[in-house]
Amino acid sequence: MMTNPTGRLTQGQFSFLPDLTDAEINLQIEYGLRRGYAWSVEYTDDPHPRNTFWEMFGMPMFDLRDAAGVMLELRNCRQTFPHHYIRLVAFDSTRGIESITMSFIVNRPPSEPGFGLQRQEGPGRTLRYTLTPYATTRPEGERY
Amino acid sequence: MGAPDYSIPGSVAPRPAFEAVSDAAPLSVAGAARTVAAVLAESQVEAVLDELERDLVGLAPVKQRIRDIAALLVIDKLRMNLGLQAETPSLHMSFTGNPGTGKTTVALRMAEILHRLGYVRKGHLVAVTRDDLVGQYIGHTAPKTREVLKKAMGGVLFIDEAYYLYRPENERDYGQEAIEILLQVMENQRDDLVVILAGYKDRMDTFFKSNPGLSSRIAHHLDFPDYTVDELQQIARRMLAQRHYHFGAGADAVFRDYLERRIRQPHFANARSVRNALDRARLRQASRLFAERERELGQDDLTTLLPVDLLASRVFADTQP
Repeated sequence: MMTNPTGRLTQGQFSFLPDLTDAEINLQIEYGLRRGYAWSVEYTDDPHPRNTFWEMFGMPMFDLRDAAGVMLELRNCRQTFPHHYIRLVAFDSTRGIESITMSFIVNRPPSEPGFGLQRQEGPGRTLRYTLTPYATTRPEGERY
Repeated sequence: MGAPDYSIPGSVAPRPAFEAVSDAAPLSVAGAARTVAAVLAESQVEAVLDELERDLVGLAPVKQRIRDIAALLVIDKLRMNLGLQAETPSLHMSFTGNPGTGKTTVALRMAEILHRLGYVRKGHLVAVTRDDLVGQYIGHTAPKTREVLKKAMGGVLFIDEAYYLYRPENERDYGQEAIEILLQVMENQRDDLVVILAGYKDRMDTFFKSNPGLSSRIAHHLDFPDYTVDELQQIARRMLAQRHYHFGAGADAVFRDYLERRIRQPHFANARSVRNALDRARLRQASRLFAERERELGQDDLTTLLPVDLLASRVFADTQP
């Protein structure tokens, strides 16, 4: 694990930084709301980098004015899935953009075992690589 | 293994205090105002109070109560600056009064005042009725109510005709569920939003009687009195001035007569009735001018409401042959 000495999942913004505190998360949400983004809460226990579609925790929150509403949903989600990955996602609905503009992890499992790299030898000198999260050897919901 | 064991440049330095960076608190605690005047100057709440005094006719008990609340909030701010215990007061309110007594207007001002004092962070008003809170099938109500509450956070949630939330005749009504969620948020997130319930006096009283939990969580019960004829006339003059109209010779007295008769009739809705009466007078004035095809109309003709326009009203029907 030379590239990621701490074995932490690095996806989205701020993922190389120490975990954001609630106050810092609050500030990020406020920033997004000022730009007119709609926040939503998503969770998963499959850390594979190609797993882009996480489960939605409730609907995206449009027309919010204050971060307290998003924090309320986040607290609910943390209570329901304390050992899952949870991320906050900001959606910009401006015509022509209409896509995710911010995304960062706000909750992690207590231990993150990381990924195993499998090499498959093909014809000639071809090598195919497969990345397997150690956590996904167990069924969904019992991983962390 | 959760926390990284490498250090990030600059991360050891103390993080900036959350309060100071966010726009959450319009009043800076660090500034430490020591006098009432200083807090007032900082928050400009006095301007809002003066505006309230100037723009709203009558409503003396309501204005006094709002002044009291503002005073408490200012004193709490001073106490907080000195490091004394100042727990967030419960600011949920109920506005009761007859139709057209200005409940919504005052609620809007309330949001502004609380925002200036820094007790709500954004100062917006979300006005809802039963339809926005209560769902149509099982499991629909809770998400719907929660969504409205989330939208109102940082501001004021104004529930108009709140007594419709509780329908005792139908025991499977989903309104009860909405009330329970409302109660929970009102109790747990007092500093995130202020709830104002509004409705007619008698029906609100029965509503509170059947929901004692709700009544006890509301600190301020404000009763909006009916307007007197003088006040209604003052309101009428202001409404006309806003729309660039004025009463012609004698129309003032006729309008007073109109009001005295109208008040005795059913479905009198205070300021709202005044506005409707003026709108109808404008219609009559328009058709009166419309009939005189060849006449050249000056500014005075176009802005004056004559006694004729008012006397044509249905209210005067019994005196005219």
